[in-house]
Amino acid sequence: MKILVTAKRVEDPESKIKVKPDGSDIVKEGLKYKINPFDEIGVEEALRLVAKHGGEVVVVSIGGKEVQEQLRHALAMGATRAVWVNHTGTLDQMGVAALLQKVADKEKPDLVVLGKQSIDDDQNQVGQYLAEYLGWGQATFASKVESLESEQEKSKSPALHVSADGKSVRVVREVDNGLATIECTLPAVVTTDLRLNLPRYASLPGIMKAKSKPIEELTPQKLGVDVTPKVQVLKMASPPARKAGIKVPDVATLVDKLRNEAKAL
Amino acid sequence: MDFQLSESQRALQEMARKFAREVIRPKAAHHDETSEFPRDIIASAWENGLLNMNIPESCGGLGLAHLDQLLAYEELAWGCSGMATSITANDLANLPIVVGATEEQKKRLLTPFTEKFKLAAFCLTEPEAGSDVANMSTTAVRDGDHYVLNGSKCFITNGGHADQYTVFATVDKARKHKGITCFVVEGRPKGLTPGKHENKMGQRASDTVTLTFEDVRVPVANRIGEEGEGFRIAMETLDNSRPITAIMSVGIARAALEYSLEYSSQRRTFGKPIREHQAIQFMLADMAMNTHAARLLCHESAWLLDQGQKNTLLSSYAKCFAADMAMKVATDAVQVYGGYGYIKEYPVEKLMRDAKLIQIYEGTSQVQRLVIAKELFK
Repeated sequence: MKILVTAKRVEDPESKIKVKPDGSDIVKEGLKYKINPFDEIGVEEALRLVAKHGGEVVVVSIGGKEVQEQLRHALAMGATRAVWVNHTGTLDQMGVAALLQKVADKEKPDLVVLGKQSIDDDQNQVGQYLAEYLGWGQATFASKVESLESEQEKSKSPALHVSADGKSVRVVREVDNGLATIECTLPAVVTTDLRLNLPRYASLPGIMKAKSKPIEELTPQKLGVDVTPKVQVLKMASPPARKAGIKVPDVATLVDKLRNEAKAL
Repeated sequence: MDFQLSESQRALQEMARKFAREVIRPKAAHHDETSEFPRDIIASAWENGLLNMNIPESCGGLGLAHLDQLLAYEELAWGCSGMATSITANDLANLPIVVGATEEQKKRLLTPFTEKFKLAAFCLTEPEAGSDVANMSTTAVRDGDHYVLNGSKCFITNGGHADQYTVFATVDKARKHKGITCFVVEGRPKGLTPGKHENKMGQRASDTVTLTFEDVRVPVANRIGEEGEGFRIAMETLDNSRPITAIMSVGIARAALEYSLEYSSQRRTFGKPIREHQAIQFMLADMAMNTHAARLLCHESAWLLDQGQKNTLLSSYAKCFAADMAMKVATDAVQVYGGYGYIKEYPVEKLMRDAKLIQIYEGTSQVQRLVIAKELFK
């Protein structure tokens, strides 16, 4: 089977994010970047499926030249080849989904795997839009409970299970009150949740091999997509600073303050 | 001049950093406390390609440039220099083969390390011959198509766990350094006995033992170079490995600096975080400055090797400066932590114990200065 996965370039979650004084954007200088952690989980799941069913994993990323770093990371983990949509301007979630739709039209994958959301914009929308644009089924928040993490349990009941005839995928989804299992006809769009798997390291030999794996360059023009954003960011601001807390000497004072000052009890 | 890392160098550094943060660090205190050999962690490093980085591509290895190796080793040592020492011990033991062996020997002796997880040990030091290598007394006597080794080696890293030993012995003690010859002992043959694991002050996760050789037979085919070439091979090996040892100091110092920055912003005295006291600021500034200077010396000495140039002087600068620097930075980190720094529940006292070893192994700080002076007088 052929699986298309995404690799968005996002700010390293460990970096300190500050908003520019004019509120136009965040301060980008000195920031480190990495692959969106949910996308990394998607790459891992795709590699595991391909190891089981054969086929290839194609990784796609949208952005300037710098996103090649994230593509190489996915290639180093084991993806077969990469597609780079070279676009440096602003994009909204519809724009991203429209570009991915064209890439999917071109690649004709059996499955598209994306992170459930990216840790920068926190939208949680692209996978759903993409399924709509493609007219495919979607399974969001693919997950499994930790008790299923043992190798034995996992092979018995994987979160993503492609049917024997290769025509459908059964997905265990994380929903508000537990887990829900659904079945989608392939091709389909799946978005990953945190508990799906533990991504492998891009091993040193993998990093060396990734240097020679192909990256195909596309542009919105070549794909024939108008990506003019429909959503516009007006201003960014830091969250209001929290007032300094106090230390209470004992439980009685704590309860008293919760009841009489915070009115929380 | 270009101080920019390439994309693949950044990827390699990032990978080693992640491994150090997620796999090595969480277990560092445990292995320091118990002195248990972290075999699983080292095997996992092997699976991820972090072991044997210097094995040439012709033998199935990655044949990484020296500078690339340094980028990875700084990260591993930042995690735990004891474990990093166990990992680099393979490189040190295999270097004599890389620098001195025939193509046939390289393929036969190095390729297995790329196929399965194996450990190697570099056996040079003896109870009576450390810095004074030429005073070596382990003997190798030719007997037909074998040599017979007798003697003992001490402070051998990985000595109790190794699957292959690179051993230096003399074929004629009267010839001093001209009698020293290099051999590779495969497996654990009869007569090769590791002594007890040394109870060290620092780098306790690494395995350090005394080895005795009693009529250990080594085929002539496992002699690296000619008889009497061992001294040159050992020196060339140390020129190659010194930047790696040196960069371990940088890893330790960076860890000490990071802990100190964090602690000094939380700990308050006289109504403010201690990092707002100028005396602490000066300590932090010196720690940062010296760590960076040492890193640059290490990188330059590795870069020279990658250019195919001799790096004896630069690698001694790097090893000596970096080791002394790490000792000072780690001691200062304990100082920044005050009383808590002296307690084992906090991470900095380990760094001070670990750093001390780098001033001693692979050429003491004094021997490095002798090498530097000798180069200056040329």
